[in-house]
Amino acid sequence: MFPTPIEKAPRAAQLSYQALLPLALILWLLPLIAVMIFSIKPGADFGNANYWGWPSSFEGFTNYGKVFFESEMPRYMLNSVLITVPTVIGAVALSAMTGFALGIYKFRSNLWIFFMFVAGNFVPFQILMVPVRDLTLDLGLYNTKTGLVLFHIAFQTGFCTLFMRNFIKQLPFELIEAARVEGVAEWRIFWYVVLPLMKPALAALAVLVFTFIWNDYFWAVVLTQGAESQPVTAGITSFNAQYRAAYHLMSAGSIVAALPPVAMFFLMQRHFIAGLTLGAVK
Amino acid sequence: MTTAALPQSKTHRSWWHRNQIRITPWLFLAPGILFFAVYVILPIFQSFGISLQDWDGLGEATYIGTQNYEELWSDPAFYTSLKNNLLWLLLYLLAIPAGLFIALFLNQTVTGIRLYKSLFFFPFVISQVVVGLVFTWFYDPAFGLLNIMLGWFGAGPINVLGDPNYVTYGIIAAGLWPQTAYCMILYLTGLNAVNPELIEAGRLDNAKGWRMLWHVVLPQLKPATFIAFVVTIIGALRSFDLISVMTQGGPFGSSRVLSFYMFEVALSEYGFRMGYGAAIAVVLFLIMLLFIAYFLYSMYREERR
Repeated sequence: MFPTPIEKAPRAAQLSYQALLPLALILWLLPLIAVMIFSIKPGADFGNANYWGWPSSFEGFTNYGKVFFESEMPRYMLNSVLITVPTVIGAVALSAMTGFALGIYKFRSNLWIFFMFVAGNFVPFQILMVPVRDLTLDLGLYNTKTGLVLFHIAFQTGFCTLFMRNFIKQLPFELIEAARVEGVAEWRIFWYVVLPLMKPALAALAVLVFTFIWNDYFWAVVLTQGAESQPVTAGITSFNAQYRAAYHLMSAGSIVAALPPVAMFFLMQRHFIAGLTLGAVK
Repeated sequence: MTTAALPQSKTHRSWWHRNQIRITPWLFLAPGILFFAVYVILPIFQSFGISLQDWDGLGEATYIGTQNYEELWSDPAFYTSLKNNLLWLLLYLLAIPAGLFIALFLNQTVTGIRLYKSLFFFPFVISQVVVGLVFTWFYDPAFGLLNIMLGWFGAGPINVLGDPNYVTYGIIAAGLWPQTAYCMILYLTGLNAVNPELIEAGRLDNAKGWRMLWHVVLPQLKPATFIAFVVTIIGALRSFDLISVMTQGGPFGSSRVLSFYMFEVALSEYGFRMGYGAAIAVVLFLIMLLFIAYFLYSMYREERR
């Protein structure tokens, strides 16, 4: 193990390491901790320039209550769910199929098609803005959740295909050959042999895509514009415009908006990290 | 009747049987390729086409040749954006050594270390919109923590986001926060898989600290470094959210990058100049193409082995 395990170091070094850890963490998360403190302060504190002093009263419930019951926030959150969940299902389903095709079958254009997905996934997606917005307008899907979902599915399919294909390549090929010898149809091999083995990959991708799409801001701004279809990342900017200088409410709103991916991360940590670090180890 | 039907179904079945393995992959690929082609591949080429037109997104488009590019050539805002993009590319790479440093710091087995690792990773999970807001307040000249801390050393106050000299660095620092977390998690995973025998062999050869890191550990972390490089480059070229949330490209357009400038000319109050926006997109794409070619080449070499 590198660096040398701290247990082998002298006692003093161990203790200072243990003390350094929380200090470093607080420093690292300082900007975030500030926002959390803001979100439980009363609005009056900001008027009195009491930014960093002790809150004059604890107003956490009032602030978060306002966010949930007196603003458009719940609506934006619901929009985000209605955009994110279908995208996750769509992208994972499509890429399970493409990954299967590219990982199992040998044909001449295999590697080229794979590279097409990979290259498309690397593109700075902003350059697709003008044509995709135009296409969405032509389909009559501008300012709808469907328009956003369709694009997200398509774009995420690139990354997901890369992931699925590499995962499927690692599966023992003898399983598929054995099934073929038995005369099992190819689609049954996909459904009954490969898919059950892909569960970890499916879970990892589902969490990752959930986080990516929930946090998307660019496409939300380009393809939607009103409270009826905008997700929470775009909504939070109009929320902030509405409560300009009401720092306690803006903080509470931001924390609420950030929470679902955070919860997802802590609940599915293993899958999440397995997904992000795919390929980091040979 | 059954005897008459049988041979026919048998030939049908055997045709499918013979070609099943050849046809199945295409059936599985079809929906994915269709989606990807319509929404990603074709738009890349359409952007090239639109960049040769004068078009407001609604009316008739007129072909104007390379006029958009000629205008770019003498557009100071374009050069500011290009320069900032290069700054982003360069400085964003700091996330890699920073991530490695934190990973080395956290690669221990004391109690509660797992929670520490998760909390250090935390910034990556939060949306960039929230990161932008958090850092806007962190930099705030009136109450921001940064200026309070600078005050302790008798420096400041600096209005980071209001000063054309500092603004891009300020935004990049905000972007480095989640990106460093990402690189950290890549390296933590990599360190986990480092071969302990090689480390022991290094120790026997009296390698320590830096020399051990450089000669024994880093070569084994090469795959992690490659991925960290790929995601950091892509992240730098995709920077948009932070700029949009923190400064709207200001002050005086000094924090624009290509993707943001493109958005401005094509979709904001500055007008709907789709052709000009597409021309900027093409430039951004060409920059990325260098890296994509390199990434694909590396992957191709891996596949051949």
